[in-house]
Amino acid sequence: MREIYLDNAATTRVLPEVADIMHKVMLEDYGNPSSLHSKGFAAEGYVREARKQIASSLKASEKEIIFTSGGTESNNMALLCGADAKKRSGRHIITTRIEHASVYQPILRLADLGYEVTFLEVDHNGVVSPETLRNALRDDTILVSIMAVNNEIGSVMPIAELAEVAHSFKKDILFHTDAIQGYGKIPIIPRRMGIDLMSVSGHKLHGPKGSGFLYIRDKLAIKPLLYGGGQQRDLRSGTENVPAIAGFGVAVQHFFADADEYRERMFRCKERFVTEMETVPGAHVNGIFAEENLPLAMRIRKTAPHIVSVSFDGIRSEVLLHALAEKGIYVSSGSACSSNHPAISGTLSAIGVAKELLDSTLRFSFCTTTTEEEIAIAADALRELVPVLSKYRRS
Amino acid sequence: MYHAFLIKYAEIGLKGNNRSYFEDCLVKQLRYSLKLAGSDYQVRKEPGRIFVECPENFDYDDTVEAISRVFGVSGYCPVEIERSTAWEDILAACGRYVEEHVKDRNVTFKVFCKRGNKEYPKTSPEICAEVGEYLLERFPELKVDVVNPQMAFTVEVRGRVYIYTDTYDGPGGMPVGCNGKAMLLLSGGIDSPVAGYMIAKRGVYIDATYFHAPPYTSERALQKVIDLAKIISAYTGPIHLNVVNFTEIQMFIYERCPHDELTILMRRYMMRIAETIAKQYDCLALVTGESIGQVASQTMQSLNTTNAVCTLPVYRPLIAFDKEDIVAISKKIGTYETSILPFEDCCTIYVAKHPVTKPIVKAMEKSEKLLADKIDEMVERALAERQVIRIAPGME
Repeated sequence: MREIYLDNAATTRVLPEVADIMHKVMLEDYGNPSSLHSKGFAAEGYVREARKQIASSLKASEKEIIFTSGGTESNNMALLCGADAKKRSGRHIITTRIEHASVYQPILRLADLGYEVTFLEVDHNGVVSPETLRNALRDDTILVSIMAVNNEIGSVMPIAELAEVAHSFKKDILFHTDAIQGYGKIPIIPRRMGIDLMSVSGHKLHGPKGSGFLYIRDKLAIKPLLYGGGQQRDLRSGTENVPAIAGFGVAVQHFFADADEYRERMFRCKERFVTEMETVPGAHVNGIFAEENLPLAMRIRKTAPHIVSVSFDGIRSEVLLHALAEKGIYVSSGSACSSNHPAISGTLSAIGVAKELLDSTLRFSFCTTTTEEEIAIAADALRELVPVLSKYRRS
Repeated sequence: MYHAFLIKYAEIGLKGNNRSYFEDCLVKQLRYSLKLAGSDYQVRKEPGRIFVECPENFDYDDTVEAISRVFGVSGYCPVEIERSTAWEDILAACGRYVEEHVKDRNVTFKVFCKRGNKEYPKTSPEICAEVGEYLLERFPELKVDVVNPQMAFTVEVRGRVYIYTDTYDGPGGMPVGCNGKAMLLLSGGIDSPVAGYMIAKRGVYIDATYFHAPPYTSERALQKVIDLAKIISAYTGPIHLNVVNFTEIQMFIYERCPHDELTILMRRYMMRIAETIAKQYDCLALVTGESIGQVASQTMQSLNTTNAVCTLPVYRPLIAFDKEDIVAISKKIGTYETSILPFEDCCTIYVAKHPVTKPIVKAMEKSEKLLADKIDEMVERALAERQVIRIAPGME
């Protein structure tokens, strides 16, 4: 059976070149970058090379990149250490209602510690307006954390304008963005966009799991989350995960060699997919500016190229998900939900998806190698399954 | 360090001419369970007693855990064994026992003696008196209390001599296998694994049937049931888990029958299918985790309508248990954490908002007539295409 993997926002398959270099690092250049001998020096070389690739993908300087264990650690470090660095200037933090749990949970922790938190609303396309942020800013605001691309519906935030609003209100407000779904998928140049802290994960971009980094703007003084042997200029102790970092570097090099082309290819897949959904009974695509009188191609280009969120009237997402999996098509449910533990998606309710559709939403996500042919096969499967499955509703 | 355990069994001790049959079952189950703790355990049967002798470098905690999983064990005592029955050797062994195992000697004690070897030159009261005297002399802190001793110092003289002071509770019940076989309707919930455990505790081998409904239930739901079966197989012995695909039947009932009757009708077909499989395995009963009034399909009326399709007896060990009592047992036997993982079973997929709570058999039979043209064929197919997984503890 042919596999069609449309769950690339969850994770991606590593590139063969990534697996190759990791294999080599693990078996041959396995030294500790902190060791003084030549094996250590060789290992350090991989880390330096990866850092160079990543810095150049962001037009950033190499010392602004701190490798972490992935997106969750990057977000935790940015928020917990960022808030701590500014605690003398105030106790107010601003974020949105649609953040990922790895932002939301550390922020709840900060709330426990006495910080005050404002959660910004989004419009029904899942976008935070600069106006909303402006109205929430206070004299004691120290940290603003707004994701670059939403992981459930693929909405894109106007990060440059939002950062501008925050910094023109007060220069030393820290602006953090969770770019785990955004890195590579939308153009990001932190310095030009006013980003102080930015979290990125490697495995969303054909790199290995367990890789990621935190961008920390030059001259920004922030304390580490992990203390120990003082690696990475004391900012992130722990022996560098050299195989993962090396693999991540290769993935970045490949992606950014042709980023515009990849994005364009994914946009075409998305456009095709959304068009196909018009012929699936009871399917509604979320967050694609349906109310705007613009051609579909233009509306789609206001969103991220790789994520499509579709609600299917009267079908439980998990059932459709398993039925697709039986046909070798792998997708995600828009929200994790079950009869025992209802945990309905924050993003979907924040953008006003009807209550009865919250548990009927699937996320389809693409990568650089997704083809329009695969999209057509997935659409055929949906046209076949949806009418059958929607016959059996909970009464 | 102890190197042996004396196994006590209350209930089987009461059996008459069949007693050695029950003892053999217990020995077999002890061997099965100890295999999980390691190799080279010796399980020996002596008149009225079973002894477990441990290999060199055995793990005490693992051994105790393995013994306490065996139904039929009412208690177990860590013992010291003296191979010589010469009187001086017995006294010396008693002294060594206190030295090694009785760290706090500021206790009262009484000596008990059991004389399996009736030829032994000393009588039990003599043995008690002389051992007591010897211990008092050697350990002056010890005090005798024959009415309410803190330590029951027991010496058993058989072909060899066994010395012990402490008895720990076993699970009780009867050794699995001594009372035939039953078919458990296993789901991913809290109740059915507990029901299987309880029936196995009465000496019954368990096989199981699970109904899944892909794509409405996931691979993880099946994995969860396999994991639950694995946990209870540590008590019950190997289980044949029959995985029946129920999707087609479920959909067909949904299409043809009133929706408020779905759950009851589904359960009637599940009982029929489970019974057919049960008979193939020579099972003498079905086992379910039902409990009166817990949900709509477990009211007295519902139980009657599902019971009506079976000819085998249906055992429901939890029938009069409250949920919290069932939860307590599932925590004790280690299934709770797995049972509460959030994957759907097929009965929870199409729960009607207001399911019938007082169904009657006649009405159900009438609804089932609506299925008559195709249902037999579908049941046949479900039976023929079922998957059988052999479950044993520690399997991959």
